[in-house]
Amino acid sequence: MGNRKIRYFIFGAVVMFLFNSIKTQAQNLENGKKIYETRCLVCHQADGGGVPNMNAPLDGSTNVVSSDIGRLVKIIKNGFNERVELDGLYYSNSMTPNPDFTPAQISDVLSFIRTSWSNKASKVTIAQVQVALKGNQKTKTK
Amino acid sequence: MKKGIYLLLLLSISVHFLANAQDNAGLTLPNGFKANLFAENIGSARHIAISKNGVVFAKLNRADKQGRTIIRLADENKDGVSDKITGWANYGGTGIYLSGNALYASSNEAIFKYQLDASDEVVNPLSPITVVTGLINRRQHESKSITFDKANNIYVNIGAYSNACQDKDRTPGAQGMMPCPILDSAGGIWKFDASKENQTYGDGKRYATGLRNVVGLDWNPQANKLYVAQHGRDQLNTFFPSLYTDAQNAELPAETFYEINEGDNAGWPYVYYDNFQHKKIVSPEYGGDGKKEGASDIKNPAVAFPAHMAPMGVLFYTGNQFPEKYKNGAFITFHGSWNRAPLPQEGFFVAFVPFKNGKATGDWEIFANGFAGTMDGTKITSTRNAKARPCGLAQGPDGSIYVSDDTKGSIFKISYQK
Ligand code: HEC
Repeated sequence: MGNRKIRYFIFGAVVMFLFNSIKTQAQNLENGKKIYETRCLVCHQADGGGVPNMNAPLDGSTNVVSSDIGRLVKIIKNGFNERVELDGLYYSNSMTPNPDFTPAQISDVLSFIRTSWSNKASKVTIAQVQVALKGNQKTKTK
Repeated sequence: MKKGIYLLLLLSISVHFLANAQDNAGLTLPNGFKANLFAENIGSARHIAISKNGVVFAKLNRADKQGRTIIRLADENKDGVSDKITGWANYGGTGIYLSGNALYASSNEAIFKYQLDASDEVVNPLSPITVVTGLINRRQHESKSITFDKANNIYVNIGAYSNACQDKDRTPGAQGMMPCPILDSAGGIWKFDASKENQTYGDGKRYATGLRNVVGLDWNPQANKLYVAQHGRDQLNTFFPSLYTDAQNAELPAETFYEINEGDNAGWPYVYYDNFQHKKIVSPEYGGDGKKEGASDIKNPAVAFPAHMAPMGVLFYTGNQFPEKYKNGAFITFHGSWNRAPLPQEGFFVAFVPFKNGKATGDWEIFANGFAGTMDGTKITSTRNAKARPCGLAQGPDGSIYVSDDTKGSIFKISYQK
């Protein structure tokens, strides 16, 4: 009898866990979309297409879908104006830094841009962002 | 049955030709005007210049597949479409200007001079004379557009490498620097003597200041004065959401067109022009609240256009082909906006500004529209979806005007037929 109760309990916990993780995943992308619309869309445009020669596209960018999460986290936090070649082209504008973003917000917006439009990469966890931010602190204080 | 198919084929071919002849290369024009594609897919064609013989020279922003950045386009069979395309040079840039048989072209740091022979072929493609060098290029607003007065002086734009001269560019909460240190070497128009070599800042003079970024400029021959079109600042709403809504940012500040006298100050970064209040308003980075007025000695625009449309080329029309109304007026190409987002983008067109006795009448109208390629009226929400973005502007020997597009590199020829 007790055994069965435990089994029910475990089953319920698993269901709850799955349900919650689906819910937080959806929330994650929902938040990411909101952040994108208020802080990024002006330059990177509604379809992630950027502005030719000015603001880099996020849709179809090999860097955005790459596994180098650390680089992406730093770009969001510190802004970006290194004028490096991105998929064969250069962009002239300066990207606004977002020093106020929490690790959760960074994970939300990165998850959104990595899974939107034609991009089909993995989402970014808060833990991944935290690791990258530690490295960011070190390089900044150096 | 077979006959029927042939007939259908014939019909569809003739419909196709008819449509092509009437579609004016996709543009909407005033009555009596027609347009055709003089060239297609030549690369990122910025400014253009046209010789007395009708040869078109286009300056590319990036090298084309053959590594060329100045493209020479001739129409040898005179059918209105270029049929001989050659090119040279290996530096990207925007400016190009023809003065007699000298062709001047600019990189984002320097101005070079080439000699043309009697048939408009370049004599010294690999060894141009360096007229000006060492101009600031920090990528943002890097175009060194050029024009000339009647005394062989060059006027070159040196754009400000900043949005609003904040101590950290495009950063929320960053203050405007006072005074703005950028203005010593950028954010204005510099004047140089075209007959001298290897000049830099010390050899020229700052002719006008307080201009954030000017891509389109031309000498008004009737007024004998320089006219410049400025790109106004961006992102009032992103940095100051409590002062400006998205809808207000989409309409502020005006893109401005100025008559320039030596020493003029157009006010960047301290003020911007508000075309609803008709006032110069203090920038929020300098303590403005959207209402406070700027200093009264700052230049007023001759004409103000809607925000963010990015004026790229200016041409004072001196030809005899177009109706009288256009004579001595100014055509201005607009690149189309990006900073109106989240609202739809606007301004992928060529405007006309009527002039009377050398002065703008204050009105303007759309002359040629449809470059973005959405003839059905759908709005462009993302700038990359615009098929063509008007940039360079020049007048041909027969009085037609030519408009270049720097996305794929079309050159539109626009003519008038009585
Ligand atoms: C002021 C305009 C602007 C804003 C706002 C902006 N960006 Fe950017 N972004 C740029 C520019 C310009 C570049 C390219 C910079 C360079 O090449 O030096 C860029 C580059 C990037 C890159 C690198 C792309 C690549 O291919 O490597 C990412 C990722 C990115 N932005 C994400 C974002 C996100 C997410 C936001 C919102 C939180 C944002 N950006 C807000 C202008 C902007």
